[in-house]
Amino acid sequence: MTQNTVTRAQLSEAVYQEVGLSRNESADLVETILDEISDALARGEMVKISSFGSFQVRQKGERIGRNPKTGEEVPILPRRVLVFRASHVLKNRINELQDAVDAANARAAS
Amino acid sequence: MTKSELIQRLAERNPHLYQRDIEKIVGTIFDEISEALARGDRVELRGFGAFSIKRRDARTGRNPRTGESVDVGEKCIPFFKTGKQLRERLNTD
Repeated sequence: MTQNTVTRAQLSEAVYQEVGLSRNESADLVETILDEISDALARGEMVKISSFGSFQVRQKGERIGRNPKTGEEVPILPRRVLVFRASHVLKNRINELQDAVDAANARAAS
Repeated sequence: MTKSELIQRLAERNPHLYQRDIEKIVGTIFDEISEALARGDRVELRGFGAFSIKRRDARTGRNPRTGESVDVGEKCIPFFKTGKQLRERLNTD
């Protein structure tokens, strides 16, 4: 599978094409959306985007880690981490193609 | 914060835009990300994070209620890695 990387530029371009704002304003809006989400997460809020997924901040306690190279024990300090849970809609969308292939294989096998 | 609350905040910050345009913009962005992942592409938003897909091999699972074996086909799952800047922001103060 050839893998491409989508960045802010493509998202702004899509907004520009779909909505018809200027390229500059489209780019600003993409940035504003990411900022609003980041701000909410920094406040410790959960961010739920229906049919896409949710972002949640979790508090992790201190634990002892190890430097894999030297074997030395190092404390990992308590910290806040972000977890993303994809919605079923997104999961299904990602596996649609694969499911179609599987279904075809199953038909061929029976 | 939900998607509609996000739209509400954007509307307050952009009084010159129609609400329906803001809805369309938010929809377009998440749709583009989903579409990219469905194609197998990666989505990298510097400072925020990166979305990618990871492949899970086929395995034999079990129905936890009945204990019965079930074949689980190969599948892909979306994955998000928090960007450096956002990770640091979550841990300041």
